[in-house]
Amino acid sequence: MSSSTLSRPDSEGRAARRKARKDPGRPGAQKSIALTVLMGAFLIYTVLPLFWLVVNASKTQEQLFDSFGLWFADGFSLFSNISDTLSYQDGIFGRWILNTLLYVVIGAGGATLLATLAGYGMAKYRFPGRGAVFAIVLGAVAVPGTALAVPTFLMFSKMDLTNTIWAVIIPSLISPFGLYLMWVFAIEAVPTEILEAARMDGASELRTFFTISVKLLAPGIVTVLLFTTVATWNNYFLPLIMLSDPDLYPLTVGLNQWNAQAQSAGSQPVFDLVLTGSLLSIIPIVVAFLVLQRQWQSGLSAGSVK
Amino acid sequence: MSRKFFKPRSRAVAGLAAAVALGTVLAACGGGSDSDGGDTAAAGTQADLDAALEAGGELTYWSWTPSAKDQVAAFEKAYPNVKVNYANVGTNVDEYTKLTNAIEAGSGAPDVAQVEYYAIPQYALSESLLDLNSYGLGELESSYTASTWGQVTVDGKLFGLPQDSGPMAMFYNEKSFEAAGVTEVPKTWDEYIAAAKKVNEYNPDWHITSDTGDGGQTLSMIWQAGGHPLNVDGDKININFEDEGSKKYTAMWNQLHEADLLSDQVGWTDEWFRAMGDGSLVTLLSGAWMPGNMIANAAAGSGDWKVAPMPTYDGGTPVTAESGGSSMAVIKQSENPALAAAFVRWLNHDPESIKIFIESGGFPSTTADLSDPAFTGAESEYFGGQKINEVLAAAAGTVQPNWSYLPIQAYANTIFGDTAGKTSYNNNSDLNAGLAAWKAKIDEYATQQGFTVE
Amino acid sequence: MTMASATAATVPPTSPPVRRKTRRNWRGWIFVGPFMAVFALVFIAPLAYAIYLSLFRRQLIGGNSFVGLDNYVQLFQDAAFWTSLTRVLLFLVIQVPIMLIIALVAAMIIDGARIYGANLFRIALFLPYAVPAVVAVLMWGFIYGDQFGLVGQLNDAIGTGFNPFDPSWILVSIGNIVTWSFVGYNMLLFYTTLKTIPAELYEAAELDGANQLWIMRAIKLPALRGTLVIATIFSIIGSFQLFNEPNILRPLVKSIITTDYTPNMYAYNLAFSGQQQNYSATVAIVMGLVTAIIAYVVQLRGSRTEDR
Repeated sequence: MSSSTLSRPDSEGRAARRKARKDPGRPGAQKSIALTVLMGAFLIYTVLPLFWLVVNASKTQEQLFDSFGLWFADGFSLFSNISDTLSYQDGIFGRWILNTLLYVVIGAGGATLLATLAGYGMAKYRFPGRGAVFAIVLGAVAVPGTALAVPTFLMFSKMDLTNTIWAVIIPSLISPFGLYLMWVFAIEAVPTEILEAARMDGASELRTFFTISVKLLAPGIVTVLLFTTVATWNNYFLPLIMLSDPDLYPLTVGLNQWNAQAQSAGSQPVFDLVLTGSLLSIIPIVVAFLVLQRQWQSGLSAGSVK
Repeated sequence: MSRKFFKPRSRAVAGLAAAVALGTVLAACGGGSDSDGGDTAAAGTQADLDAALEAGGELTYWSWTPSAKDQVAAFEKAYPNVKVNYANVGTNVDEYTKLTNAIEAGSGAPDVAQVEYYAIPQYALSESLLDLNSYGLGELESSYTASTWGQVTVDGKLFGLPQDSGPMAMFYNEKSFEAAGVTEVPKTWDEYIAAAKKVNEYNPDWHITSDTGDGGQTLSMIWQAGGHPLNVDGDKININFEDEGSKKYTAMWNQLHEADLLSDQVGWTDEWFRAMGDGSLVTLLSGAWMPGNMIANAAAGSGDWKVAPMPTYDGGTPVTAESGGSSMAVIKQSENPALAAAFVRWLNHDPESIKIFIESGGFPSTTADLSDPAFTGAESEYFGGQKINEVLAAAAGTVQPNWSYLPIQAYANTIFGDTAGKTSYNNNSDLNAGLAAWKAKIDEYATQQGFTVE
Repeated sequence: MTMASATAATVPPTSPPVRRKTRRNWRGWIFVGPFMAVFALVFIAPLAYAIYLSLFRRQLIGGNSFVGLDNYVQLFQDAAFWTSLTRVLLFLVIQVPIMLIIALVAAMIIDGARIYGANLFRIALFLPYAVPAVVAVLMWGFIYGDQFGLVGQLNDAIGTGFNPFDPSWILVSIGNIVTWSFVGYNMLLFYTTLKTIPAELYEAAELDGANQLWIMRAIKLPALRGTLVIATIFSIIGSFQLFNEPNILRPLVKSIITTDYTPNMYAYNLAFSGQQQNYSATVAIVMGLVTAIIAYVVQLRGSRTEDR
């Protein structure tokens, strides 16, 4: 990005220094209460809506608008709300969870695989068309995805892919961000010397990749996997237009349909279920982030410096 | 970095050119197959429909009607050879988006879909719907109210069978009227405006009704005033909000709208329902399908509400308009049009299906049911024991005749907020200016779509 | 498409240095090929198809006809498009700096090790990023409600009449949702960069008797510059593609968040409500060009400043 990073220091030296610096910032800095309070205010801003969600997912539809928004109402209804959410409309919410998991496993998993391979290829090989790959990926991504939705929809329907799981999965197999991250990560993580040595031993490129490079790329892979998982988990627009069968919906589209449901003659608003469903839909992803934080942060720190 | 950015330009251009070529090929493959293929085999009589039901098959059905699922179950029980794949793919515009896309794409559309009356001309124009006359369903005309039948018929072709009707009436909170000192239920719009002032004076948080700018509601109100602003003749469109009926409406409604006597609660939100429950929203000018929603979502208002005919402009006999209402239509893409038509006939004509529909709170369009003493005589607890269907069924017979929608109505309604909403609703200013802005934008769109705008 | 996935790759990593030992041959395609094959299917083909579509005009009456560049000419005279473009530009010049400055300050504070519970802050601030845009907007939509929402309850409590859905506030309300969703993400990008600054630099600075402010100016900010450019470009593209937040709020305020509120909403509504797929494709392509140009200029400026 910048000239300082362009003239990259040799990778070993840099990694060594990074390891040496255990404590963030200046060692021995004095703790400041003022700064802690400032950050506390910021923390309240980011966590407040989430807290609000937890509080309100524990209220009945009536209480939602009767009671103070930031505290629990009489009678903790979270568990009855959860069971209502899971049983409403013959338990379609459970189906949406499973769909979302399927889209994440295949979509995010596939995206990570493709991005890892491609990022590694970009980092470690010089090949004809390499510059074009870069330019095309760059140019295409700048076009608003929502506006490409129509051509994509028309194409997919010619291929009989609309209203199938593939209409959601295939587009989510592409993660330009993952490609970028792996590209940068692979440059340093996989020393070219190792590849040369493997070649000398007669190993094929793919074999080298799967036996040697993958291990070295692991932190980057975890990071990309988490980000593609978030992207797939949060995917809303594409499934919205591609799918017409509610049995195939992911959580996001299903929740929004419940939310919109109030706006029609003869149906019932289910805001309590929308809120509980929203809470249920973010818990897995938050847990994944928390559990894997060590891995993805190390991957990210390698990626972001460039 | 920057140097690198430009270096591969020539190759990138080549790549792009290849991509364009690829796209052209794809597009070329795509062209041509858009044409509707269904028009050929669909012809027969009602007897063919009976045969199709016996022969059986599989159908896909899109609807957001609350009773749709129960109706499908009853149908499959009556005709075990037929399997119906029912899906609620979204409410009105959401469904139309999917339906239009599928029609455009040439595949993926359902056999039968719920289509509101206002959207019928649109799909009729694009020749997406099957003319049900080809199976002799025109014979059923006498079963339905004239106003609903008129809305599913375009140029002599029958594009759907009416499911429900929405003759407008005035729902009012009797208790709030009493509290505010409105002793007589308004029969004319002048009395209505006087009541609005009283209500607002009694409690500034109370409003006679709400209006945040809705194209469909506005058109229904103009319809009730006797206006004919939307005129269509083949590919000629003439929009005129200067006609007598439209002017009557805007002159009347401006007195409420410009004086800020209307609530800005958005329809169908929880706030809106709550205002119905707590008495702060005093009347609703709405279709006959409204009671079911009030019972379900504004339970707190139970016992307070009553229904009366729409106020009139001249104090004469009540007249009204239709608000909303849906039909079931057969999509031309259907591979089994006879079976699809038979299903539509059962859904909206068979007494068993209509019974399920009415029990779920729906308001029918079939004259036999509208005049059935069991229907009209039913006392509604929510409405303090009033026989509301008597009032509503009577309204169904007093709908102003000869109304028509545009063949681009769905889009026109979508841009009401962009134009009339922005011009008149954000600052409570003259509705005429808003309607003029709406007309201008619709005219522009119609011209782009190849219509002759007059 | 989320902001991160759509935007990140526009920022090229520094072109990896040409490894002298690596021979130039086709083997790289073994790895890049699968990605590019899928990429061609889901990005390039629809894009090419969109370019093709933009040269035609399909009418309800009159059918399909080739119109050359007419759609582009029309777009340049289309006030609705320019208004929406100006709106996202305004959004961009206000929301993006605010979000990035907050993120930057937060990253520096956490990295400075001068607060209690730095780890808790780092993780908690990042959480909103994991919340789907749909859920985020639903949540904030409820909170914003001026009658029964949290804002309404606060208004009642302190006697104000603040309405987040007021025409003059709505863009701020949307900006707040976007900021809330992405500030932690940007903070983390900055933070991870700061963590890679070699400790010797700080030690040397301390030996020289430098104060915190000086360290920030002379060490931290220069180190962050590259990341800052990346984050800026991500955010610019995200702003230009603004869609989910206003679109989900729209049913509540149809006369304020109009169908042409942002260029992306305009393109969407043209295609899906208005059946004007050709014109919609034109909007998409022009927006893509505008976005690419601005992202490129920012990147160019970012690197040039650095060269001095």
